[in-house]
Amino acid sequence: MARVSLVVLLVVGAVACSDERPSVPSSNAPSARTTTLAAGGSPESEVPDRRGALGAAAHAASMLPDSGDAQWTIPAKNYASTRYSGLTQITTENVSGLQLAFTFSTGVNRGHEAGPLVVGSTMYVVTPFPNILYALDLTQPGAPLKWKYEPHPSSAAQGVACCDVVNRGAAYWEGKIYYNTLDAHTVAVDAATGKEVWKTKVGEINQGESITMAPLVVKGKVLVGNSGGEFGVRGWLTALDAATGKLAWRAHTTGPDKDVLIGLRFKPFYEQDRGPDLGVSSWPSDMWKYGGGGVWGWISYDPELDLIYYGTANPSPWNPDVRPGDNKWTAGIFARDPDTGEAVWAYQWSPHDLYDYDGVNELLLLDLPIGGQTRKVLVRPERDGYIYVLDRQSGEVLSADPYNYITTTRGIDLKTGRPIENHEKAPRTGKVVRGICPAAPGAKDWQPSSWSPKTGLLYIPHQNLCQDEEGTEANYIAGTPYVAAIVKMYAGPGGHRGELTAWDPVGRKEVWTIKEKFPVWSGTVVTAGDVVFYGTMDNWFKAVDARNGKELWRFRTGSGIIGQPITYLGPDGKQYVAIMAGVGGWPGAIVAAGLDARDSSAALGFVNAMKDLPGVTTKGGMLYVFALP
Amino acid sequence: MCLPFRNRENLRRIRIRGSARRLALASSLLLVLSACEREKRQFETWPPSAAASTAVREVELQPGPPTRSVDVRGPYANNAFGVSEGKRLYNQMNCSGCHFQGGGGIGPALMDAEWIYGSAPENIFETIVEGRPNGMPAFGGKLGTDQVWQLVAYVRSMSGLLPKDIAPGRNDDMQVRSQEQATEKALPQQSTLPPSGERP
Repeated sequence: MARVSLVVLLVVGAVACSDERPSVPSSNAPSARTTTLAAGGSPESEVPDRRGALGAAAHAASMLPDSGDAQWTIPAKNYASTRYSGLTQITTENVSGLQLAFTFSTGVNRGHEAGPLVVGSTMYVVTPFPNILYALDLTQPGAPLKWKYEPHPSSAAQGVACCDVVNRGAAYWEGKIYYNTLDAHTVAVDAATGKEVWKTKVGEINQGESITMAPLVVKGKVLVGNSGGEFGVRGWLTALDAATGKLAWRAHTTGPDKDVLIGLRFKPFYEQDRGPDLGVSSWPSDMWKYGGGGVWGWISYDPELDLIYYGTANPSPWNPDVRPGDNKWTAGIFARDPDTGEAVWAYQWSPHDLYDYDGVNELLLLDLPIGGQTRKVLVRPERDGYIYVLDRQSGEVLSADPYNYITTTRGIDLKTGRPIENHEKAPRTGKVVRGICPAAPGAKDWQPSSWSPKTGLLYIPHQNLCQDEEGTEANYIAGTPYVAAIVKMYAGPGGHRGELTAWDPVGRKEVWTIKEKFPVWSGTVVTAGDVVFYGTMDNWFKAVDARNGKELWRFRTGSGIIGQPITYLGPDGKQYVAIMAGVGGWPGAIVAAGLDARDSSAALGFVNAMKDLPGVTTKGGMLYVFALP
Repeated sequence: MCLPFRNRENLRRIRIRGSARRLALASSLLLVLSACEREKRQFETWPPSAAASTAVREVELQPGPPTRSVDVRGPYANNAFGVSEGKRLYNQMNCSGCHFQGGGGIGPALMDAEWIYGSAPENIFETIVEGRPNGMPAFGGKLGTDQVWQLVAYVRSMSGLLPKDIAPGRNDDMQVRSQEQATEKALPQQSTLPPSGERP
């Protein structure tokens, strides 16, 4: 032992005088009746509508027509993204009697953010990576498996998925199920047989691209966008021909106008959004080429105006010091022509975004009485903690009201549409800034709200988090993370980390709110029976009264819930409610990926706010379907 | 003029060995003499992307009579400078973007006892150079062999596998974990399955 020590000492002595550092490379189905579509506003199905007269009556007050309440053919229920069902069998009076009808294990243990689809008498379930599609036969007792389709995505794609290897669902259109795989492919699968119809590679994992979003099919085009704002991707929305999978158009988020598909029809409302090639000039040198602005969230469609709407994600990297300028068109909203992809207007709600407020949240297309007249609006509970109401024809911000605790801004200037920044909270390289609220996932992330035309309320699942952040050196290496920030999140004021808030967008006020221990990372659905369904990360599936938020029923699931609830009519004519459990996602990665809570910065800092989650839930993907006895 | 004991680590090492004070005295004399020499640096390095060894094993099961895995410790297992260089590279090459400061996120945690592909230096070397199927990129050809060994040494320090006087003792950035030096040694365990590699 002594001899060893001596040798060690000598060795240490010999090397210890070094002050020279070696140089290191530092960066190095049936018919496509478009007429029905234009009027119907939702993907049509070949299956006869079982709802009878019910739907029509229930939707008299709805904003855009709906294809029917028997089925659930796209994640947001309809093109207006209301997630409202006109079904009335389950009510505030009888919901307490809801019982389990059947279950199905997906066999996948990562975060299940998707909701099931119901088309005719078949239910479709898409899993997180490895993105298996299951078809369940609703006509048989226990809904047995009809078939499964496995796209076999590249395992390596898991290395470019920022926030768990999630998938947010599939979309049905004319006899096919469309969805995206983590390794940036879009697939079309025959809804009847489970056979692959086509598979198109739309992105490149070596550029950090992955896909987690649910596609939307509009007028025969499958709309797909990339993820990867934490990997320095160049964001885009792509339209593929629904029949062949061939590329129809691609609209980039950054770069010259010809790539962003900005042309003569482009009429943004605000002065700052006008000018040639702003997607280049609002960036230092060539940084737009890896400037982020992915399109990994929701798309809505207004058949009357014939416009699609979607949000663009955060600029890359998070550290804003290295990318002076407005960084267009990241953290903004686009209105585009679905046939050509041409931009009609754009509004950048967070120019030169400072906090990873990626704006991919849902956009609810509603017709609301504002200022004495009915306005065609787009309502969006945003990452920055404000609920924006925009004129969806012009892109003008009509109102923006806080629904969460905010320290990063002092309001939204309605003259310019720009946030009034609180400069004290701006992250800086090498400086620790504390008390940034909302934190990087925002006051609300991808988890979609629902809207009831009956109550006139929006049901917003969201979180209450703040963070400390320090900007660090940014090195862009394609295919590796490009964030350049150390983050540590924690609960916001009150100590609870999640909320379900009912919001009146006309009265511009909160009507009721339910505080939850953990972020409410599930979507919500609201029915004509005035019941709102949502799930919690600590294993509860809940039904509450849409008018006052009173809890009416809860069910204990095997794993935490971050999925999207749906409701439909079974072949037996009964109303069912379905939810996927399976904890994970960005907040649940601590459980799904087994992270170590001793590192507060783990999972982009979310782990610090979720240290107690492994004590209350375990992973495991499972579908739960409920009905009245 | 060269100052004796300019390196704090040498001093600490000598203090720790209280029971062998005489030895320490003798060796410190030696150290004074040797310390005046500028550090002998090895400028000759391995060719880029060399394999760690031809006999790296990840599992204990093998056909026929068992033969030991070749023990390749790498040149920086006991070298604080190499470890600190590894820490710099860990952040610069964006390792921290996936594994963060050891807690993991996109990639698995590195500060815990679980090692999917082995905790030995040669296993970690192979992991960095060859990549792993569930998302670990292959850095072979993108980093010099020397730099990979520096990373290997730093990665091992994250779970307390290096001697305390070799592991980094301070952090210039926002404090998000205990310093590597103060991290309790996590006795390596072979993980049953990569968490992300599970499929039905």
